[in-house]
Amino acid sequence: MLDAGHTDEALLEVNNIEVIYNHVILVLKGVSLSVPKGGITALLGGNGAGKTTTLKAISNLLRSERGDVTKGSIEYRGNNIQDLDPADLVKNGVIQVMEGRHCFEHLTVEENLLTGAYTRTDGKANIQADLEKVYAYFPRLKERRKSQAGYTSGGEQQMVAMGRGLMSKPEMILLDEPSMGLAPQLVEEIFTIVKNLNEQEGVTFLLAEQNTNVALRFANYGYILESGRVVMDGPADELRENPDVKEFYLGMSDEGRKSFRDVRSYRRRKRWLS
Amino acid sequence: MSEQIVYALEVFANGLMSGVLYALVALGFVLIYKASGIFNFAQGVMALFAAMTLVGIQNGQVPFAHLINAVLGTHIHHFGWHIHSVLALIFTVGVMILLAVAIQRFVFRHLVGQEPIILFMATIGLAYFLEGFSDLMWNSEIKTLKFCVAEGTCLPQGMNMAIDEAAYNAFGTGFFIDNLDISAAIVAVMLVIALVAFSQYTKQGRAMRAVADDHQAALSVGISLNFIWILVWSVAGFVALVAGIMWGAKSGVQFSLSLIALKALPVLMLGGFTSIPGAIVGGLIIGVGEKMFEYCFGTGQCFGGIINLGGATENWFAYVLALVFLVFRPQGLFGEKIIERV
Repeated sequence: MLDAGHTDEALLEVNNIEVIYNHVILVLKGVSLSVPKGGITALLGGNGAGKTTTLKAISNLLRSERGDVTKGSIEYRGNNIQDLDPADLVKNGVIQVMEGRHCFEHLTVEENLLTGAYTRTDGKANIQADLEKVYAYFPRLKERRKSQAGYTSGGEQQMVAMGRGLMSKPEMILLDEPSMGLAPQLVEEIFTIVKNLNEQEGVTFLLAEQNTNVALRFANYGYILESGRVVMDGPADELRENPDVKEFYLGMSDEGRKSFRDVRSYRRRKRWLS
Repeated sequence: MSEQIVYALEVFANGLMSGVLYALVALGFVLIYKASGIFNFAQGVMALFAAMTLVGIQNGQVPFAHLINAVLGTHIHHFGWHIHSVLALIFTVGVMILLAVAIQRFVFRHLVGQEPIILFMATIGLAYFLEGFSDLMWNSEIKTLKFCVAEGTCLPQGMNMAIDEAAYNAFGTGFFIDNLDISAAIVAVMLVIALVAFSQYTKQGRAMRAVADDHQAALSVGISLNFIWILVWSVAGFVALVAGIMWGAKSGVQFSLSLIALKALPVLMLGGFTSIPGAIVGGLIIGVGEKMFEYCFGTGQCFGGIINLGGATENWFAYVLALVFLVFRPQGLFGEKIIERV
């Protein structure tokens, strides 16, 4: 097991999981990771690396897409959660905010947020209080509370999706690609809110992100996925200084131009190692 | 006012009333289609099944009597009691909820994520199964449905004398309108108000609309699709029950009741598959349209009878109207606009 580099207890442990879609397509080929309580952990990598699949394996949204975890185990607070429904997981404090927002388009912003509280049983007053809290984090949503979510901007929809997740009073949010299709300024804003939520509300984040640069600036720890395997992991500031990460994910290089031959050999080496 | 105009008005009013009945059936389609994307071909049979169950329970019929008698060699048909209509209604609602659970449990749970056409085929199978099942359960003879809230206050039938008399005093000619149609209209209005209130202002209603918008996202916030679908099928079952009572009271509880589903199709094309108001307005337009068309052109009583198609236009008028709509406005009058940000 890879060391998470944190002394904190691990909230979530993923051990060597393998995921197969439609009984034939092997997407994850043994992914292990550990998410410490109260941290922000980033899952990095390019398209099709398996970030989303990893998150869906944890939140168990996989099954509705005909995917299956065939090997390995997923433990949350020491309990195996592979057989729990998404609804049970939400009740237990794990909620996924999906890639591409997935707002309920024909519901208003406020109704969207309220659907997040669907599984809660602690009464209307508490839900109302949390609604105000969400509005405090996302003041823009308060202005647009009565408009249909489908007509709000991409950034606002991302906020709706995150606010909706927050309404379930989660302990851990699985945040998938929050920067997708957003202007750099908005990406910064969204990540700042993630950081605030993490520090002030104590929400643990596991976020999948292609934007390695931003993710590593806000996260504590990072895992890099490549074709369904973890190829590298470490504390975020170490990863940022790693020459391979710099070259392949941050687009920076100290050594001038590299030829494609080196690139290929790097990849091959990396696969053998993992 | 000339007698002919009063007669035209009468046709119009009767069209409106039968439109309400079409709308009642179309409503059930819309509910299920919105929430699960399933076009439920079995909606008409559900209305038949509901009406048969209501009559059966009310009259104290023994369910599966033929089967029981065949297996055990007995001769039981009736429990020999008569149950109050309202009580029977409550029992029937229970049966419809059980039916919804069974449909979800045995059919659609196994088809999650399949192509719409496969789901549609499943509902066709369901329709024919349910048809046979209701015959087996309550036998296939034609039954009369009498729904009485209390002794003497039943679902009324026949001419409304008050309106007739008022019209007679005012215009010197009578005005025929069926009491049953008036009560059906009132019930339909109440039903729609209740449905809208439920879907707009309750937590489960909100969840229902959320599921209609995005299954995956609904799942991700912890809404159980299974539960919502059972809920939707139950509500659709209840709507089918109301439609079944009204149609059953009008024309007897019999197999042809299930064919009203076919009349709901043009209503849906007109109003849009995803809109509750669309189902209502579509139903009214079809109802009025076919009656007025028959009156004017089918029997040639308008415009000096320049066009006389020789009757029986009611059978096809609705479908032609629906076709025209499909060409010019495929999503229907009130079909949900696909929200697309530019």
